Amino acid sequence: MSSRSPAAAAPLAAPSHSRRRPLGRRLRRGAAPYALLLPAAAVIAAVLGYPLYYLVRLSFQHYGLFQLVRHKGESIGTANYAQIFHDGFFWHVVLRTVVFTAVCVVLTIVLGTLIALLLAEVGSFVRLLLTAGLIFVWATPVVVAVALWEWMIDFEFGVANWTLTKLNVGDFNHHDWFANPWSGWGVIISLIVWGAIPFVAITLYAGLTQVSRDLVEAASVDGASPWRVFRDITLPLLKPIYVIVISLSIIWDFQVFNQVWIIRNGAPSNDYTLMAIYAYTESFKISEYGLGSAIAVVMVGIMLVISFFYIRQMVKVGEAE
Amino acid sequence: MSSPLAGAPLAGLRTPQGGRRRKRARRVGVNALGLAVFAVMIFPIYWMVATAFKRGSDIFANTPVWFPVHPTLSNFSDAIHRPHFWADVKNSLIVVGCVVVFSLVLAFLAALALAKFRFYGRKAFIVLIIGVQMIPLNALIIPIYLVLAKANQVDKLSGVIITYLTFVLPFTVWTLRGFLLGVPRELEEAAQVDGSTRLGAFVRILLPLIGPGLVATSIFAFIQAWNEYIMAVTLLHSADKQTLTVWLAGFITDRGTAWGPLMAGATLTALPVVIFFVAIQRKIAFGLTAGAVRG
Repeated sequence: MSSRSPAAAAPLAAPSHSRRRPLGRRLRRGAAPYALLLPAAAVIAAVLGYPLYYLVRLSFQHYGLFQLVRHKGESIGTANYAQIFHDGFFWHVVLRTVVFTAVCVVLTIVLGTLIALLLAEVGSFVRLLLTAGLIFVWATPVVVAVALWEWMIDFEFGVANWTLTKLNVGDFNHHDWFANPWSGWGVIISLIVWGAIPFVAITLYAGLTQVSRDLVEAASVDGASPWRVFRDITLPLLKPIYVIVISLSIIWDFQVFNQVWIIRNGAPSNDYTLMAIYAYTESFKISEYGLGSAIAVVMVGIMLVISFFYIRQMVKVGEAE
Repeated sequence: MSSPLAGAPLAGLRTPQGGRRRKRARRVGVNALGLAVFAVMIFPIYWMVATAFKRGSDIFANTPVWFPVHPTLSNFSDAIHRPHFWADVKNSLIVVGCVVVFSLVLAFLAALALAKFRFYGRKAFIVLIIGVQMIPLNALIIPIYLVLAKANQVDKLSGVIITYLTFVLPFTVWTLRGFLLGVPRELEEAAQVDGSTRLGAFVRILLPLIGPGLVATSIFAFIQAWNEYIMAVTLLHSADKQTLTVWLAGFITDRGTAWGPLMAGATLTALPVVIFFVAIQRKIAFGLTAGAVRG
C-alpha cells in the first residue's frame, strides 16, 4: 500500500511533465498516440457522440408513432421545451428527483462514514467479516437486489411485516408498502442506500488508514474530542476522497431508474415518477420521443453541472500519477 | 489497536486499572456494534439464499423459518426449467463476451496512448473520457433506440452489443490507463537500453506486468454488461432474445407467488458477478477513485 496520503496527491502533478523518456521524446510529436487513440475515439464518437447530438435534435422535433414508422421527425422549434416548462407535473418531478437524490446521498454518506469509522475501530476478525459482508452487498446486481427486497416486504409472507409486528411497531399483517407513496419511497430509498453504502464505506475506510496516526494521537492527548478530531483532522485530509464519493453518489442517485421501474412492475404511477422515468415513459410508453428527449436533455444538463466538480477532481488526480 | 481514532478520548484521568477495564468494555461494545452492522447488511442476501434452498411450506410460513432446515434444490431446478432461462443465459454470455473483447482491445490501445505518450489534446481526451461517463444511459436510450430501429437492429443482440460499448468502453479506457501508469518507467527504459525495440520492450516487460490489470478490467466490463437492464429491456423484445437480467425482472413482475424459484433465479443471476467481484474488489475501488485512494 502506498504511504502517500490522498491530500498529497495534487501537488505532485507538476514534476511528472518534466520527466524525460529516451524514446518517448522522439515520438512525442509523432503520430503514434493519435493512431492508438483513433479506434476508441471513433467508436465513442459513433455510439456516444452521435446519439447525444441526435438527442438534442430530437428535442426540437415532433416525433410520434407516425414519425417512428417513417424514421423521420418533424421540426417544431422549441415547442417541446415550452410544453414541459409550462407543465406543473414536470417541475414536480424535477423537485422530487432533487429531494430524492439529496435524501439518498445524505443517508449513504453519513451511514458510509459511520461504518468506515467503525471499521477502523473493530478488531481484525470483525473487520474482515464486515468488509466481506459489504463486498457481497456491493456485488449484488441491482435487479437481484430489487427481487430480494420485494420478497422481504411481501405483504403476506415477507419477513419485514412479521418482524415489525412482533416488535410491536404496529400491526403490519398484510401491510402493502406501496399503498402509501411515503412508505413506498421508504422501501425504495432503503434498497438504494443499502446497495450504495459499501462503495462509500470501503473507499472512506481505505482513506482513513492513510490518515497519520501520530496526528490523531497528538490531538487526542491535547484533549480534543473525537468529534473535533474527525472534523478538524480526518475530514480535511479525506476531502479529495469525499469530493469523489459524494459526486459519484449524486450522479448515480440522480439517474435512478431500474430500482423504481422494476419494483413498480414496469409501470410506475405518477407518485413514483423520477426524471429518468418521466423521460422514458414519455418516449416508450406514449411514443412522444421528442418530448421525452427534451426532458432527457434537461436531465443531461443538470448532470453535467453536477459532474463539474467530480470531473475536475478526477482530472487533478489523474494528472498527479 | 490499529485505528486512528481508537481509545483516545477516555485516556488520561482514569486510574490505570479502571482505564483498562473501560477500554476493554469499549472494545467489546465496538465489536458487537460491528457484528450488528454486518448482520443488518448481509441479512437480505442471506434471506435470498436461504429462501432459495427452502421447501415451499417453509417459505409460505406464517412465522418465518430462519434456516433452511429441510434444504432442497427444487427451487433451482424450477428456475432453470422456466421458459427461456438457458436461451437468455446464452444471450447474456454472447453479449458480455463480445463487449468485453471489443472494449478491451479498443481501450488498451487508447490507454497506451494516454499513459505512455505526451501529446497535444491528451488532457482534453481524458476530460472527455470522464465526462461521457456522466451522461445518463436513460437519456441516450431514446436516440439509440430510434437509430437502431432505422438500421433494423432492434431485437438483435448486435444492437445491444454496440449499445453497451457506450458505457463499458470509456470506463475501460480510464481503468486500463490507471494500470498502465502503475508500470515503472525504469523497467521499460532498461529493456530499451538492452537494445530491444519499443515493441519488444512492450511484449516482454509491459505485458506481463499489466496482466492482472487486464484481467481485472475485463472482469469489471463483464460485471457492468452482465448487470445492465434498461438498454436490454428496451432493445430486446422477444423472450428468447433477452438477457438474464431481463429474464429475472420479468420473473419478478409475473411471479405470482413463486418466491422460492424467484430467489433461486436471483441467486443464479448474482453468482457469477459475486464470484468475479470478490476476486477483483480491491481493483474496482482503484478504478472508481483512481489514485485518490491506493487500496
